[in-house]
Amino acid sequence: MGLLNRLDDPFEGGGIILGKVEDLLNWGRSKSDWYLHFGLACCAIEFMALNASHFDFMRFGTIPRTSPRQADFIMITGTVTLKMADRIKILYEQMSEPKYVISIGSCSNCGGPYWEHGYHVLKGIDRIIPVDVYVPGCPPRPEAMEEGMIKLQKLIREQALFNGKDRIEELEAKKALKI
Amino acid sequence: MNETKKIQLEYSQMESDRMRLNVGPQHPSTHGVLRLEVEIDGEIVTEVIPHIGYLHRCFEKHCEKMTYPQVIPYVDRLDYISAMNNEWPYVMAVEKLLEIKVPEKVEYIRVIMAELNRIANHQIAVATFGLDAGAFTPFLYFFRDREYILWIMEKCSGARLLFNYFWIGGLAHDVYPSFKQEVLDAIKQVRKTNAEVMNLLIYNKIFIDRTANIGILPADVAINYACSGPTLRGSGVKWDLRKDDTYSIYNRFDFNIPVGKGEVGQLGDCWDRNIVRMYEMEESCKIIEQAVAQMPDTGDVKEAIPAKLRPPKGAEIYQRAENPKGELGFYVVSNGTEKPDRIKARGTSFVNLSVLPVISKGYMFADLILILGSIDIVLGEVDR
Repeated sequence: MGLLNRLDDPFEGGGIILGKVEDLLNWGRSKSDWYLHFGLACCAIEFMALNASHFDFMRFGTIPRTSPRQADFIMITGTVTLKMADRIKILYEQMSEPKYVISIGSCSNCGGPYWEHGYHVLKGIDRIIPVDVYVPGCPPRPEAMEEGMIKLQKLIREQALFNGKDRIEELEAKKALKI
Repeated sequence: MNETKKIQLEYSQMESDRMRLNVGPQHPSTHGVLRLEVEIDGEIVTEVIPHIGYLHRCFEKHCEKMTYPQVIPYVDRLDYISAMNNEWPYVMAVEKLLEIKVPEKVEYIRVIMAELNRIANHQIAVATFGLDAGAFTPFLYFFRDREYILWIMEKCSGARLLFNYFWIGGLAHDVYPSFKQEVLDAIKQVRKTNAEVMNLLIYNKIFIDRTANIGILPADVAINYACSGPTLRGSGVKWDLRKDDTYSIYNRFDFNIPVGKGEVGQLGDCWDRNIVRMYEMEESCKIIEQAVAQMPDTGDVKEAIPAKLRPPKGAEIYQRAENPKGELGFYVVSNGTEKPDRIKARGTSFVNLSVLPVISKGYMFADLILILGSIDIVLGEVDR
């Protein structure tokens, strides 16, 4: 963020910007996130609509990758069953750091309509992998998924890289300070 | 052009020459979370075993615990691409148990909604089939047009994908004033794009080379495996529940049942199953035009919704309807309370998927993805 503001107000003479390397790296990282091409249930249909003409997800700099090794973040789009949960955990572990998770839809947030009687449904993907952004809805509109993507970009931009702190620790510290 | 591409199982009989390959459950070409265990000899598929259950969402358990109207949202989530069509056989079954006569206007709105959703479903089916074959442009065209249909449904029901619009005895909301005009505009757009896609994709030489003579499903095998919908009609069998077991007001409309003719390859190949969907979109447009012309303007869509919903004890019924993917049926057993005793769904995709191991044997591995795409399954309905 700071980097972009300084672009409007360059150093005297132009061509020079003073800023933190962290800002530059985070700015670049937030604009080119590749996601794992992965659909589970109903939300995946809305996710297809998000990728298609009207919503054009790729303008966020996202490109679908079929291999978890090449992906920066994974979108859990739909109901996670107990049989699928093991596979999702393996996929998440195969992704290389830094990695992020967007949980899309009520089912993967908390079990959704299958909360009470769904004996084969995992009640929230955050029980097995850490989640960065939750998008509510059953299914969420494509606009809501875009909002989730913007939230993730914001999270990446504000991430500390060099202060030695772990990201989770940093988030918890922020939570404690109520920022 | 008429020779089949099937290799007559000339693979080695030695076990050690064959390899077992795992496709899925997160592979993008499996249309969901299907896992295929494939045995291949070089490039030739010798055996396919589908493993299902990755999206088992306990539909029948929920039906036992919910009241009749509360089941409708779960019915939506079976075949989530065509939710309107899913709701219809369920509400029809309960209406027949309760002996409710649905108002005329409701029937017309239901027909228009179901046919619009059929178009939306076939658009996705053809688009993803093209995607499997390597054509990306029709995907973008179809999803652009699908939005026009979704906007109409959103204005009526408030949801984009899972509507909960058909209620027992009526509808959740009445249609809005400019409904008829917007429906006609939407099907005009559908027709325009379909004409374009016919040239761009369907009669494209590359597409024909890729899909003709692949995955041939003979009519007798299709009937033996109880296939229905475009999968059956692609093999040349003229079977459509809208005509053969008429429900609602379908006998008032004039429409044809398109079947595969083996135009570019053998009868019952992937290309035939796909072309049936393209023609069905046109037939749906015809039905919608007639329904819009006949639909009464006045009438209360909620007048027949019952206040108390308790079918007689021990009553049972099997009601089926023609889903975009084939026959969807609900077997409802009542126990005299407001909750059903048991609801069994006959899922189209589950039945159609069972034919995959038979028709994909002996083809190249790359063709297996196309054969799967041409059957057009939805895993929500396979696993339920």
